[in-house]
Amino acid sequence: MTRDQIRQVILDILAKIAPDEDLSNLKDDVPFSEQMELDSMDFLDIVMELRKGYRIQIPEEDYQHLTTMESTVTYLEPLLKDVESPAKPAG
Amino acid sequence: MNIQPARGVDGSPVPGAERGNGASGGSSRRVFRTGMNVAGSLSERPYDVVIIGAGLSGLAAGIRLAYFEKRVAILERHTTIGGLNSFYRLRGRNHDVGLHAVTNYAPPGTKKGPLSKLLRQLRLSWDDFGLCPQIESSVEFGDVVLTFDNAFERLRCQIADVFPDQADRFDRLVRRIREHDELSLSNRYQSARAIVGEYLTDPLLIDMLFCPLMFYGSPTAEDMDFSQFVIMFKAVFCEGFARPENGIRPILKTLVRKYRSLGGELHLRAGVRRLVHDGDRLTAIELDDGRRVRAHRVLSSAGAVETLRLCDPPLTAPPGVQPGEISFVETIFCLDCLPSELGHHRTIVFYNDAARFRYARPAEPVDLDSGIICSPNNFQYDRPLPEGRLRITALADPEFWLTAPEPEYREQKQRWCERLVEAALRHVPDFRSHVVDVDMFTPRTITRFTGHVNGCVYGAPNKIRDGRTPLENLFLCGTDQGFLGIIGAMLSGITIANLHVLGQSQRSVPLSPA
Repeated sequence: MTRDQIRQVILDILAKIAPDEDLSNLKDDVPFSEQMELDSMDFLDIVMELRKGYRIQIPEEDYQHLTTMESTVTYLEPLLKDVESPAKPAG
Repeated sequence: MNIQPARGVDGSPVPGAERGNGASGGSSRRVFRTGMNVAGSLSERPYDVVIIGAGLSGLAAGIRLAYFEKRVAILERHTTIGGLNSFYRLRGRNHDVGLHAVTNYAPPGTKKGPLSKLLRQLRLSWDDFGLCPQIESSVEFGDVVLTFDNAFERLRCQIADVFPDQADRFDRLVRRIREHDELSLSNRYQSARAIVGEYLTDPLLIDMLFCPLMFYGSPTAEDMDFSQFVIMFKAVFCEGFARPENGIRPILKTLVRKYRSLGGELHLRAGVRRLVHDGDRLTAIELDDGRRVRAHRVLSSAGAVETLRLCDPPLTAPPGVQPGEISFVETIFCLDCLPSELGHHRTIVFYNDAARFRYARPAEPVDLDSGIICSPNNFQYDRPLPEGRLRITALADPEFWLTAPEPEYREQKQRWCERLVEAALRHVPDFRSHVVDVDMFTPRTITRFTGHVNGCVYGAPNKIRDGRTPLENLFLCGTDQGFLGIIGAMLSGITIANLHVLGQSQRSVPLSPA
C-alpha cells in the first residue's frame, strides 16, 4: 500500500470507531486526541481493527507511534508495504 | 376498589400468576425466537470465551468478542434473554421486567458520555435503540417537590428556588462530581454521604438527591460508594431518562441480532451447574443437563457469590464478597385510559412521606413510606402507546418474600399490592377504577428468573471493579462488577471483555499514546 492508501485505511477505521466525528478536516500533524473524542477504549480499537483487517500485531511499546495521522502512516508503511489496498473498507 | 380483579382475562388469578415455572421453563410465555439455538450444538473444541448469562452485560461482551473474531458461546439457563432486564407476555400484553427508563440519555450525535461510548464500542448507530426522551420527572418528599428533565439546568434552577441557601453549595458539589473519574477501575470505597455532606447542609435536599440515585442503582443501604453516587448522579440528573417505544425488547433484539451476525453462539436452557477448576484455572464448565464445555476464559454475569458457589472444589469468597439484600416489589397496572387523561404527566415520580428517607431492607414485607411511580406512557414518543400503564415499585424484605409458603405468598402479594397503591396515591391521581389488569413481582420472582441471591437487582454491596476472581481465567461482569443501569450493564460487559480478553495481548492501553 502507498502512504495515501494507508491513510485511507486509518480514516476508514476512525470512521467506524467514531461515526459521529467529522473527519474531513483532520490534520495529519496534530494528535488524534486533540481533534477527536478518543479514549483508551477507542485506541485499543484502532489496534484491534488493524489486527483484524490486516493481521498486523502492534506491540504495546509501539503505541507511541500512533499519535498523529502522519506518525501512524510512517509507522505502518513498512508493515503494510506488501499488502494490497482493500477494495472496500476492511472489517 | 377495582385494582384486584378476581380473574384475569384468560381466567388465571391476578395478581399472583407467577411467570413460567422457573428452571424447567417448559410452559414459559417468555420465549424469544430470534435468540433460540438448537440444544446440543455446543462445540467439543474449547471456546475462546464462554459467557455465563445472556443479560445486557453478557450480550455486550459477546458482541465485542465476536466482532474481534473470538469463538464465543453465551450460556443462559432461562428460556429467554435479558436477565435482570428481561420481558414477558402475560394475558396478551407485553411487559418489561426491570426497565423503567434507560438512564444516561444523550441526544443523537453526542460524542461524549456512556451512551456514545457504548454505541461506538458495539458498532451500533443511534437509531438502533430508538430512545425517546422523558417528559419530566420529580422527587416528592411530602409537599416539597423538585422536578427535573434531561436538561440539567432545570434541576439547578429548581434547587435555587426551593433551597435558596443551598444553591451555591450545590454548584460546588456539582463541580466535584464532574471532576471525579467515577469509571476508574482502581477507585476505592468512599462514603457518598460524607462527601455530599461537605457541600450541602440541608438534610432534606441531601435525601431528595440521594433518593432517585439509590432507587435506581444502590446495592447498599443508607449510603453509597461515592463513585457509584457519581455514576448515578450523571446518569439520572446530568444525562437523564429515555425509553424505546417498545421497552427493553428492541434493545435486546438489537444486541442479539448483532451478536449472531458476528458468529456468536447463544444457548438458551443451558444453565451452568458447576465450574470445575484445579485451584488456579477453570478447566471445565458443566451444564445442568451434564454436558461439558471447555473455554480458555469465562466471563460470568451470574453475580460474585453466585459464581463462586458454582466452583468445584468450593472456593471461599474473598473478604467483603457477600450477597446484597436490597430488593423490590413492583406492581404493574394496565389501565383503560392513558395516565395523562387522569392528569398524570410525569415520567417518573420518586416519593417519600416519612420524616427521613430510609433506603434499606424494610422491617415490613414492603416499605410503604417511599417508592417509585413510573409511567411508560410519559415519554416523548411520535405517537401514544396503545395502552395506559403505571408501575409502582418499593423496597421489599427479601427474606419474607423468599420464604413465605405458596398460598400465603399469593395472599400477601395481593394484600401488599393494595397497600402499596394506597400509599402511592399521595403522588398520583386515583387510577384504581381504570385498572384492567395487574401483575406484581417480588424478590422471589427475581431470584427465580435470574438466580440472583435475595432477588438483588443491584447486586452485592462491594463491587469487584476489575472483574477478577480467585481463578486466573474466570472474570465477573454485570451488576457485581459495578457499572449500573441499562447502559452501565452493557459497558460492564464491554469493559471486562476489553480488559481481560481483547486487551490481554496488548496489555494496558495508555489513555492516549504519549
